[in-house]
Amino acid sequence: MSVKQIVVISGKGGTGKTVITASFAALAENKVMADCDVDAADLHLLLDPRIEERHDFKSGVTAVIHKDKCTQCGLCRTLCRFDAIGDDLTIDPVSCEGCAFCSFACPSKAIEMKENTAGEWFSSQTRFGPMIHAKLGIAQENSGKLVSLVRKKAKEKAEHIGADWVIIDGSPGIGCPVIASLSGVDCALVVTEPTLSGLHDASRVIDMARHFQIPVFLVVNKYDLNIEMTGKIEEYCRKEKVPFIGKIGFDKTVVEAMVRGKTVIEYSDGEITQRMEDIWSRLQKEVSYGKG
Amino acid sequence: MIISIASGKGGTGKTTVATNLALSVPHARILDCDVEEPNAHIFLKPEIKEKVPVFIPVPKIDKERCNGCGRCKEVCVYNALAVLKNDVLVFSELCHGCGACAYFCPQKAITEVNKEIGVIETGNSRTSWGGDLEFIHGKLNIGQAMSPPLIRAVKKYIDPAGVNIIDAPPGTSCPVIESVKGSDFCILVTEPTPFGLNDLILAVEVLRKLTIPFGVVINRSDLGDRKTDDYCRKENIAVLMRIPFEKEIAAAYSRGMTIVEVLPHYRERFQAMFEMIRDGKKK
Ligand code: SF4
Ligand code: SF4
Ligand code: SF4
Ligand code: SF4
Repeated sequence: MSVKQIVVISGKGGTGKTVITASFAALAENKVMADCDVDAADLHLLLDPRIEERHDFKSGVTAVIHKDKCTQCGLCRTLCRFDAIGDDLTIDPVSCEGCAFCSFACPSKAIEMKENTAGEWFSSQTRFGPMIHAKLGIAQENSGKLVSLVRKKAKEKAEHIGADWVIIDGSPGIGCPVIASLSGVDCALVVTEPTLSGLHDASRVIDMARHFQIPVFLVVNKYDLNIEMTGKIEEYCRKEKVPFIGKIGFDKTVVEAMVRGKTVIEYSDGEITQRMEDIWSRLQKEVSYGKG
Repeated sequence: MIISIASGKGGTGKTTVATNLALSVPHARILDCDVEEPNAHIFLKPEIKEKVPVFIPVPKIDKERCNGCGRCKEVCVYNALAVLKNDVLVFSELCHGCGACAYFCPQKAITEVNKEIGVIETGNSRTSWGGDLEFIHGKLNIGQAMSPPLIRAVKKYIDPAGVNIIDAPPGTSCPVIESVKGSDFCILVTEPTPFGLNDLILAVEVLRKLTIPFGVVINRSDLGDRKTDDYCRKENIAVLMRIPFEKEIAAAYSRGMTIVEVLPHYRERFQAMFEMIRDGKKK
C-alpha cells in the first residue's frame, strides 16, 4: 500500500494536538512521525528523538548595503515598500522582506542579497520509529517552506523504509505553514476544545482543509469542561457534514504523562487511552476505506 | 504606551490576558493582531462600526504592450510570474507586492491593481461598569498567506497618546515579530508544563533579540511543575501574575466571557499588573 499521510491540526495551539499526535505515534504500526509545528515544536518532548542527522535550512535572502560602494543617492529607500531602509541608509534585517527590489535598482550595485540560515531540520530515531522535525530560527520567515521540507523528508523516509503511515503534528493557524501542513495529506484530524473560540478556530481550519479538498474529521478534547458547547460543536459537525469521531474528557494524567516525557498510551490504562485507541482505529478505517 | 501580549504557542491564555487587561485599564484600546485567528472579539463583543478592506498591490499585465522579454520574471524573487510568448501569468497568491516588476518593465506594460487580503473592523466594547474600550482587529481572508501587511495595517490604528493593548499571534515567526515590534513592553503568557516552558524559552529568545522589555504571566499556575518558576528566577524574568486553574474561569472562557466579568476582584489584579508595567517603564 502507498504511504498514507494523516495530519493533526487545531486552528490554534494548546488544544491537545501534540498529545494526540504522540498517542497515534504510540498506537500506529509501521510509521514515520513529522513535527510540522516548526515555530514551537513540542512533539520531541514526548518522543525523545535521538538526532541522527542535522541539516541547515537555508531560506530567503536579506539585503545588505556595502557602504563603500554606496553613493547615498537614496533610491533604494524610496523604492522599498517594507520600510526596511532607514534614513541613515542601513537595512533593518527584521523588516526586510528580501524582495531584492533595492538590489536590482541600485545604480552603484552596492546592495548584496545574502542568504539566510533560517533554521535546522533533523532526521531522528524515537522509541516509536523515525521522526523528522525542525527548528525555525528566531524571527525567521518561511515556516511554510520548512514545513514543506519536513513533509517531503518524512515522506521520503516512509517510502524508503516501506512505512504505511506518516503521522504529522500540524502547525497552528490558517496561514502558510498550515497550508503546507495540509497540502496533499490523506486526511486531517481537527482537534478543538469545547469553547466558543475553539469552535470558531476549528471552523476556519475546516474551511481551509475543504478549500484544498482534504477529508476532515473532528474530535473535541476536554469535552466535559463544557458539555453544552460540545453539543453545539456536534451540531455544527452534523450541519457541515464533518464526521465527529470522538470526544476526550479532561484528564490530569495528560499533564502527569507530559511531565514524565511519556505519551498517555504508555502512562495510563485508563479512559483516555481507550478513547485514543477508538479515535485512531476509526481514522485508520476511514482513510483506508476512503481510498478504496 | 504599547503593551503586547504574546506566547510561544496559542492556547495558553494569551487572549484571556489581553482582553482582561484591556477591560481593566480605563480608556484602553485593544488591537487584535492575531489576524489568522482573531479571538478577542468573542470575549469583548464589540459593536463594529467600520469595516475597511486591506489590499496589497499586485501586477496586472497589459497584453498590448508586453513583448515577452522576461525582465519582470527576472526581478521577481517570489516566482510569482511566468512569461509566455506575449503575455505574463501572475500567481497573485505568491506575490508580496514589492513593486519591482512594474518598475523594471521596459515596455511599461505592468500596472498595479489592488488585491484584498483581509479586512479591518473597528468599533467599541462597553463594559458593565461603564467603561468603553476601542476595539480594532484584522481578519485575514481564507487561503491568504500574507499576514504581515494586514498586521501593519492594524497597527496604524495605534493611538500614540493612549494605552494600546496588542494581542499578538502565537509562535515566534514573522507575524509575531511584526505584531510586537515597537512595543514598550511585552507580556508572555505561559503554562507551567514542559510544553509551556519549551515554548516560553523560544518566545524569550525573540524578545531578547528585539530588545523589548518583558515579563511573564503564568496561567493555570497550579497545574504542572515548578520548572517554569525556576527558569524565570534563573533568567531574572519577572513573574507579573499567576492565574490558578479555576473551574469558573474555564467555564466563563468556554462561553466567551472574560474573567473580570465573572470574578470582578480580578480587575484590581489586572490593574495592578498594568501599573507595575507602566511604573517600571518610567524608571
Ligand atoms: S540605491 Fe544604492 S547607491 Fe543609492 S543609496 Fe541605496 S545603496 Fe546607496
Ligand atoms: S530587499 Fe526589498 S524589503 Fe529588503 S530592503 Fe530591499 S527593497 Fe526593502
Ligand atoms: S517585463 Fe514587461 S514586457 Fe517584459 S515580459 Fe514582463 S511585462 Fe512583458
Ligand atoms: S510585485 Fe514583486 S512579488 Fe509581485 S509579481 Fe511583481 S516582482 Fe513579483
